[in-house]
Formats: sequence, C-alpha cells, structure tokens
Amino acid sequence: MHGVRNAAPWLLSPFLMIMGVFFAAPLLLVVGYSFMTAHYPGGVEFPLTLDAYVKIFYDTDFDGNKVFDPSFLLICWKSLKLAGLCTILCLRAGFPMAYFMATRPPQQRNLWMMLVTIPFWTNLLIRTYSWILILRDEGLVNNILMSTGITSSPITLMCSDFAVGLGLLYSYLPFMVLPIYANLERMDWRLVEAASDLYATRWQTLRKVTIPLTMPGILAGSILVFIPSIGSFLAPQLLGCGQQMMLGNKIENLFGQGGDWPFGSAASVALMIIVMIGLMIMSRRGGIKELV
Amino acid sequence: MAASTSPSRLPGVATTAYLSLAFLYIPILVVIFFSFNANSLITVWHGFTTDWYVKAYENEDLRRATWNSMIVAVGATFFSTVLALMAAMGMRGRLPRGLAGTSQMMMTLPLLIPEIVIAIATMSFFSIILRSEFMAGTAFLKLVDQYPLTQVLIAHTVFCVPFAYSPIRARIETLPPSLFEAAADLYATPWQSFRRVTLPLMMPGVTSGAMLAFITSLDDFIITQMVAPPGAMTLPVYIYSMVRKGITPEINAVSAILLVISILLVVSSYVINQRKAS
Repeated sequence: MHGVRNAAPWLLSPFLMIMGVFFAAPLLLVVGYSFMTAHYPGGVEFPLTLDAYVKIFYDTDFDGNKVFDPSFLLICWKSLKLAGLCTILCLRAGFPMAYFMATRPPQQRNLWMMLVTIPFWTNLLIRTYSWILILRDEGLVNNILMSTGITSSPITLMCSDFAVGLGLLYSYLPFMVLPIYANLERMDWRLVEAASDLYATRWQTLRKVTIPLTMPGILAGSILVFIPSIGSFLAPQLLGCGQQMMLGNKIENLFGQGGDWPFGSAASVALMIIVMIGLMIMSRRGGIKELV
Repeated sequence: MAASTSPSRLPGVATTAYLSLAFLYIPILVVIFFSFNANSLITVWHGFTTDWYVKAYENEDLRRATWNSMIVAVGATFFSTVLALMAAMGMRGRLPRGLAGTSQMMMTLPLLIPEIVIAIATMSFFSIILRSEFMAGTAFLKLVDQYPLTQVLIAHTVFCVPFAYSPIRARIETLPPSLFEAAADLYATPWQSFRRVTLPLMMPGVTSGAMLAFITSLDDFIITQMVAPPGAMTLPVYIYSMVRKGITPEINAVSAILLVISILLVVSSYVINQRKAS
C-alpha cells in the first residue's frame, strides 16, 4: 500500500517535466519576447522595450511621429464579435439539438450521439475547406441560384465576415452540443414533470428548471466554442481569404511574412488576456469545473 | 421513460435538431460527392470517375505526408497516453498541495490557451534551442537533422496529453481505492498490482484516451504548420498547401478518404460500446 502511495510524485514527474519544458517555458518565452526589439525578418534582439505594446494602439508615420492607429484594435474587436456571435448561434442551435437528443429513447440517443461525434472527430481543415466548394463563385450555392434563374451572375459569398462566421459556426457546433447533451442526459427529468404538475408552462419549466440545471454544460460548451473560435486561423484564412483578419491569422502573419515577433508576441498576450477575461466571467458561474 | 412524456416536449426542438444535423452533414457529403466528379474545374457534375483517387494515390508527396502523419499520430498517442496514465495514477495518490495544484493547472491550461499561441510559442522555443550553442542545442540539432519529425512529435505529445488524460481520469474515479489496497494487502508488488489490477481496470479509459489523442494529433494543423521544418509535412499541412495553390478534385479525393477514416473510427467505437452494453 505504501509503495503505491509514495510513488505519486514520481508518477507525476515525467508529465510535469515535459509540460514545464515544452509548454510552460515557451509561453513564458512569448511573454518575454513581447518586451524585446524586433529583428527583421523574424527573431528578437535587445534592448528591452514596450514598442510592441505601443504598436497595439499607435502607428509610426514617415516623420517618426506616433499616430493613433485603430487597425489592430479593430482586429481584436472583429475576433471578439465573430467568436461571441458564433458562441451565441452555437448555443441557439446546439441547445435544442441536445435537448432533442436527450428526450429520445436510449437506442436513438446513441445513434444521435454518434452522428454528432462524427463531425467532431473529422479533420477541421477539411471541414473548413468544404465550405469553399459551397460558397465560392463557381460553388454549389451560386450554381443553384444561377441554374434556377434567381440570379444571373454569381453572388460573392467568400472572403466575407459572413463566410468566416459560418465556417466558425460549422466548426464548433458539435463542441456545444456534446457537453450540453451530457448534462441533460444526467438530469433528473422528474423535476420537469414536477414543474408541470405545479402548473408551470413548458417555457416556464425550460427557463426556471431545465436551463438552470443545465448551466454547467452550457458554460462548458460556450468555453469550448469561444476559445478556439476567437483564436481561429483556418476560417479567416481560407473562407475570409486572409483579408478578413482575426487575431489568429494576424499573429500567424506577424510571425511569418510580417517578421515582427515582438508585436506578434504582444498580440498573443492580448489574445490570452481577452480569453482570460472571458473565462473569468464564465467561471464565476462554475463553467471551468465542468470542463476539467 | 420519463423523458418522452409530454412535459418535456418542446415545440421547434425537433426541427432545429434535424436542421442542425443537415447543416453538419451537407458540406461533408458535398466533398465526398464531388470527389467522384469527372469534371476537373468546377463544382458541376460531369459523370462518375475514380480518377482523382488514383491521382491522389500516385502523388508521392501526398503519400509521404500521410506516412509522416501516421508516424507522428502513433508516436504522440503512445507517449501522451503513457504520460497521462502515469499522471492520472499520481494524481490519485497523496500529493503535496502545491504539486497537485500545479499538475491540475498543467492539464487544464493547454485546453484554455488558443492553439495559435501554443503554435508560435513552441516555434519560438525550438528556434532558440536550435540556435543556442550549448550542449543541449547541438545535441537537439543532431537529433532534428536525423529525424525531421522530432519537433512535430514533441509538440503533438504535449498538446495530446490533456485529451488522453480526461477519459483516463474519469475511469479512475469510478474505481474504489479499496481494490488497489486489497492488491497491496495480498503482497502484490507495486508493479504486479499495476499490471494485474490497475491496468486491466483502467483499460476502457486508456483506450478512449488513446483514441482521442490519436484523432487530435491527426487533426492538428496550425501547430504543425508553425513547428514543422520543411521536410516534415503532415497530411493537413500538405492539404493546406494544395488548397492555397488552387481547388482541385484531387483535394476532394484525399479529403473524402480522411472523412471516411474518421467516420469508420467513430462507428467502430460506437459498435464496440454497444456490444459491451448488451
């Protein structure tokens, strides 16, 4: 007995070592890089400076003056807006879907569960790519519109906020459905009956009983949708054609062609702060506990 | 079944569920459908062909990328599952307060930090190690020269651990500690107790954890894209470079194959679970 118990710290040490070196250290490195001077085209050098953070708000013009430049802040705002919208729409579609699944007989429930898990386990790149086939000028939607004579020339659907948002919604809908379903399946449905016995209408029951009881699942689902969508790279890159910048492809660009690593690091720090604020708001209601 | 009685029925719920399901499946079916299209240019049906599959199969870069993806996924699954299993067993034991908290945080943080940040962080970290002239740097450089997949494998192992961990932990929590104590009382050595008691009992959790890690590794794009040196392309990175060059039916064929693989994986795990349940 003592042999097993005393082994606990040793069993954890390989995990902690690997995560310390290859996960925690790199993250700290990024925070450090954000205070250094850019070395073009990629890399950093001394001296330490706050330049990268200044670049979040200001641009330097030809005369070396600092001019207020909202372009990065607009990217932050667009990311926040699209991720927020995506989370709300996922909830709007995902909650009824999970509710429907949980109220099926057990055999059908498993089938639905499998049908939602398949897209969840399907390659994200391919799922994003599939929307190109549907949305582009020669794509499915325009083909249908033109062959039925509704429009005579293709409507541009790609390279827009709409396309990016749709791609995000499509990518992360299963992330919302699965935790809510897990929660609804465990729920004591006798409480719903009790509410109806006490003359609550269906909507009252939903609002006062079902949704409060499902809150942990709703919050876990929202976190699972919000985090990857705010840092998304593939949707803004492929469906926004790289023109609709979100934080994810902006950061990639700064570390790639842009060659401004400190600014890219500062942008990453900004992204992590936005995510943390979002999580703090959600965790006040106990969402994180459900996740881990 | 209380669930199917009337108070739980809500209008509009079924419609939304079926519409969402259609939304989830139409794009997937579109890709599979057009992978058999004889027309090479646009999304107009011109007759059935399997040429694109042949073409995809004959593409040597594509085959190498697939092979790389498999090596990385199998390797990352193995290492991350072992680490996660050890960590899960460690977390069950008595730990100093700080250690338990740190470990918990290390399991949770990778899920809470956007992938793009992990990608650029890992990339910067490797570039520092490779450029440093300390012993570790030169040794690592040699390793990377010989095995170009090293960095990708390390990065994948790290982000797969939390995925492998959660089903293992869920399983370990259902097992009463008395089982392990009984083994020890019967003079089992720690290794015997692990081999004969712990591992068999944890196997369902380990299997689903490993599957989750495997699919997570196979799915990853952005971390691999940033971390992989030129010779270490994985399948998603290669497909991405194809998409950037232009949409071809060959991409549809490769995508359809990957789609079918994940469908088969999910269906088979579903069937296995059904059998166990009955």
